[in-house]
Amino acid sequence: MIDWPILSTVTFLPLVGVLFILLVPGDDEGGKLNIRRVALVTTVFTFAVSLFLWGWFDYNNPGFQFVEDSDWLGGAISYRMGVDGISILFVVLSAFLMPFCILASWESVQKRVKEYMIAFLVLETLMIGVFCAQDLLVFYVFFEAGLIPMFLIIGVWGGARRVYASYKFFLYTLLGSVLMLIAIMAMYWDAGTTNIAVLLEHDFPAGMQTWLWIAFFASFAVKMPMWPVHTWLPDAHVEAPTAGSVILAGILLKLGGYGFLRFSLPMFPIASDMFAPMVFTLSVVAIIYTSLVALAQQDIKKLIAYSSVAHMGYVTMGLFTMNEQGLQGGIFQMLSHGIVSGALFLCVGVIYDRMHTREISAYGGLVTRMPKYAVAFLIFTMANVGLPGTSGFVGEILTLMGAYQANSWVALFATTGVILSAAYALFLYRRVVFGPLEKESLKGMLDLNLREKVILVPMIVLTIFFGFYPMAIMDVTQGAVDNLIQNYQAALDAAGQIQHAAAPAH
Amino acid sequence: MYTAIVFLPLIGFLIAGLFGRMIGSKASELVTASLVTASAILSWVAFFSVGYGETGLYQIEIMRWISAGALNVSWGLRIDTLTVVMLVVVNSVSALVHWYSRGYMHHDPHRSRFFAYLSLFTFAMLSLVTSDNLLQMFFGWEGVGLASYLLIGFWYHKPSANAAAMKAFVVNRVGDFGFALAIFSTFYIFGSIDFQTIFSNAQGLMETSGQGHAPVLEFLGYQLDAHSAMTIVCLLFFMGAMGKSAQFLLHTWLPDAMEGPTPVSALIHAATMVTAGVFMVARLSPLFELSHTALTVVTFFGATTAFFAATIGLVQNDIKRVIAYSTCSQLGYMFVALGTGAYSIGVFHLFTHAFFKALLFLCAGSVIHAVSDEQDMRKMGGLRKHIPWTYWTMFIGTVALTGVGIPFTHIGFAGFISKDAVIEAAYAGHNGMAQYAFWLTVFAAGLTSFYSWRLTFMTFHGKPRAPVDVMSHVHESPWVMIVPLLLLSVGAVLSGMVFYGVFVGEGFAEFWKGAIFMGPENHILHDMHEVPAWVKVSPFVMMVGGLLVAYLFYIRRPDLPKKLAEQHSGLYQFLLNKWYFDELYNLLFVRSSMWLGRTLWKKGDGTVIDGYGPNGVAARVQNVTTWVVKLQTGYLYHYAFAMLIGVAALITWSMFTGASTGGAH
Repeated sequence: MIDWPILSTVTFLPLVGVLFILLVPGDDEGGKLNIRRVALVTTVFTFAVSLFLWGWFDYNNPGFQFVEDSDWLGGAISYRMGVDGISILFVVLSAFLMPFCILASWESVQKRVKEYMIAFLVLETLMIGVFCAQDLLVFYVFFEAGLIPMFLIIGVWGGARRVYASYKFFLYTLLGSVLMLIAIMAMYWDAGTTNIAVLLEHDFPAGMQTWLWIAFFASFAVKMPMWPVHTWLPDAHVEAPTAGSVILAGILLKLGGYGFLRFSLPMFPIASDMFAPMVFTLSVVAIIYTSLVALAQQDIKKLIAYSSVAHMGYVTMGLFTMNEQGLQGGIFQMLSHGIVSGALFLCVGVIYDRMHTREISAYGGLVTRMPKYAVAFLIFTMANVGLPGTSGFVGEILTLMGAYQANSWVALFATTGVILSAAYALFLYRRVVFGPLEKESLKGMLDLNLREKVILVPMIVLTIFFGFYPMAIMDVTQGAVDNLIQNYQAALDAAGQIQHAAAPAH
Repeated sequence: MYTAIVFLPLIGFLIAGLFGRMIGSKASELVTASLVTASAILSWVAFFSVGYGETGLYQIEIMRWISAGALNVSWGLRIDTLTVVMLVVVNSVSALVHWYSRGYMHHDPHRSRFFAYLSLFTFAMLSLVTSDNLLQMFFGWEGVGLASYLLIGFWYHKPSANAAAMKAFVVNRVGDFGFALAIFSTFYIFGSIDFQTIFSNAQGLMETSGQGHAPVLEFLGYQLDAHSAMTIVCLLFFMGAMGKSAQFLLHTWLPDAMEGPTPVSALIHAATMVTAGVFMVARLSPLFELSHTALTVVTFFGATTAFFAATIGLVQNDIKRVIAYSTCSQLGYMFVALGTGAYSIGVFHLFTHAFFKALLFLCAGSVIHAVSDEQDMRKMGGLRKHIPWTYWTMFIGTVALTGVGIPFTHIGFAGFISKDAVIEAAYAGHNGMAQYAFWLTVFAAGLTSFYSWRLTFMTFHGKPRAPVDVMSHVHESPWVMIVPLLLLSVGAVLSGMVFYGVFVGEGFAEFWKGAIFMGPENHILHDMHEVPAWVKVSPFVMMVGGLLVAYLFYIRRPDLPKKLAEQHSGLYQFLLNKWYFDELYNLLFVRSSMWLGRTLWKKGDGTVIDGYGPNGVAARVQNVTTWVVKLQTGYLYHYAFAMLIGVAALITWSMFTGASTGGAH
């Protein structure tokens, strides 16, 4: 192994970019261009480093790797970093999406370019930090601080109702954050440390687990978002600039799922087991409810946002089955959704940049003028529908298969999502891309330019590649997932024995 | 070789799809058509080497696909007799359709795209029939759905084509819902979804759990023993088959799919894709054979579809829709055969049907091509002299479909051999629906004959009803279209007679080599020879009857149909409107889910969640602030008074707390 602190490097590298941007003078065209270039180079470089991380990652080691540890705030809380099979790919995903965000904002963002790029780079640091953090409090800081740049991105560069959207976002997350902080303090009080690796070994008393679970759930459920605390998402997406939507859908939505994987399931297994039926119910409701709502949308971004909620329903359902298929499927679904939904928002961005409207009825017949765009959009639509051969299929089918083993009712209801997703996604595609090109305003539309192709082609390649060879991802997560299941079962068995031992005593 | 058969069309798709613009449409056409033709030739080689050779099963693993826990799925090929039969059907028809399309699509500006889609379809269909596990089958299953979606909506500027494409995909997804659940159940029971593992364990599962009724599957809260579990699994699989093969209740997409170009209808919506359901049931015969109930249901749906679709076909006026309903009806026949346990007869009918139905569609395409894209038969007539090749090939197709042959012998056109075998199997079948199926299929044979001859007479005979300028342009199709017609005609004439022996007759066991499983109690192939003579002759009689009525209606007394329709206008409208299924579904599913979506959005998200959630909180905060604002009146004495009260309260509080602490001292 190497001594070089690669995790800190990949986390804080974007801040170096921020430094450079601060040094770049001027608000003229040349200055803006330089700022964009610096941001792009930084993010590409960060992505390259994250790929090294993946390359050096040891697939056979189910524990944390690249661990860094140094004292901070007097020893009780220390700055610890490390990744395992579950988190490493989220680091790579975050670093992967960032250059596309910068590219997507290349022309569409013209005001306050400097601040915009700084916000994105800071956001990148915080996002990567969340997935690398090995200390509960460090995690909390990254987790919550990440919202600030996002608020700003929506609030400053957003659409007309941006204030309402960021307010709603804030109100939802507030309650969860407070509860989570209290839970963290309670955990420190019980275990005497905030070191995640130690906490994973710690057995919390069953009664306490329930409360801690609820507190964490309040925070993660909002981030997922799960029904019925999802209504902030469509508004946030609609108002956010394209790149903001990409990060929101691609990474911020994954924080909740990651939180379940890192904390709720391994640290509070008894409570997770107890609450699993509730999570299943909420997931199934989310899948059916939001798919139906998506069917009725008239705004492209809102429709995709609702479909995201439905897809996250598969994730939560899969994670709480606690079997190999469900968990692997859930993680895969998160990563795949990160690519696919990110790409869908980028696709919306392409036509938004040209027409400045998100109304579905303003479009129609785009294929006539934009055949290449139609192909790209079709591929991502199909991935969103979960067509086999795209990455969207693998996660969906695995989570459903896992759910079926846990409870066939859950799988039955969740599988109806397969029908509904086809309905809303193809309905959207039909209204936007197909049909005769009648609207005068659309007749001058140009097909994808080089920058847009550079953005969309890698996404297409990955979507299809992971559809045919998902093991590229699942081999990485395998070890950590096995580990998680073993510990979970062991904890449940132990708890079961205590109950058995206690029962005859009465 | 087997790998090449599957992947050549994929290469064609990639070349035409990625570089079509660069190399031009002519090059795309030639590349895709040649590759598929090569694949077709190899398929025939495979057909003879596997079907007539020693080795019955080749398994080729290509690479890992998904593995999670006990689930291990690879990309792999499973080549047995059932596979090679399908390979021949798919690749032969596909190759001919590729060449035919070169003529048919001659004027279309998007030919590269069209040929790319055709090849993509071929690849997906091949991966479906060669799959060695359920998930890969699902991949092909949905892949053909995608290709079908793209090809139905090929003319994207037509709103009706887009609607039809979407309908096809979504209705198929309803079937896939069942298919997916069936896969999950299979995995639950067997811990694997490889055909090899499932098939070798299926029988044992029944025996071990047979005595104790030990539950093997938990489904919707029920603990099911092996028999009930198999029934559930098979019914769920059949639901998938119903979607893909357009069986009664899930049939509505198929007639609309005719919005696509006609070669597409021939390839996808007649010869290959729609038969995927039949293939699936035959492939899973080791499972279906274990569930008597499931087979009964299959028989019921098959028979109902055969009859119901034929009744609608009687009155349609669009030439393609008549053939589409005919396809639907013939698929019903195949399921009847499968349901009685005569899987090989179902596959046999699939095989012969592919030739004559593709032929009929391509002929219809040739007719449409001749009369300037008119599809309404009421505007045709008298075309026989103008397009003789098309007429005679279509005549052969019709003869094959209606089942012309010599009763009590095995001499006849393809449909005569295979369809009569289906009807005999239905009579000899033992399940509760077999008699029902027998009577409906016999009756439907008469209807088939009627609508087929009606089509021929309306199109080719009588006086021309087309406008003069159209008639003056009527021309025979080019050779590139006629040669495929001729080749398919050969199949329509011979495929029944030549292959009866190996598919169904004495060569059965040596040919199939276990690719189709039949339980020890299943003697259907033997029993069907014992049926009474009147049963054997009945479809022939019905066929002649249908021909005579059609002759009377459309040649002798062309005024009769109109009178009849007026007399029974209720029935006529009922049939013309396809039993009102579209209207019913529109009301039940489409409108209601749109309504539900809107309601949940506006009321659920808007009024309830946001109303009591963030907006509610905001409103409360606002109430409080307004209340506070009201206090701020601006009058000095108000503030002074408030301050006074505050000070008084503070003093009181400190006195009490001070007193209590003081008391403690």
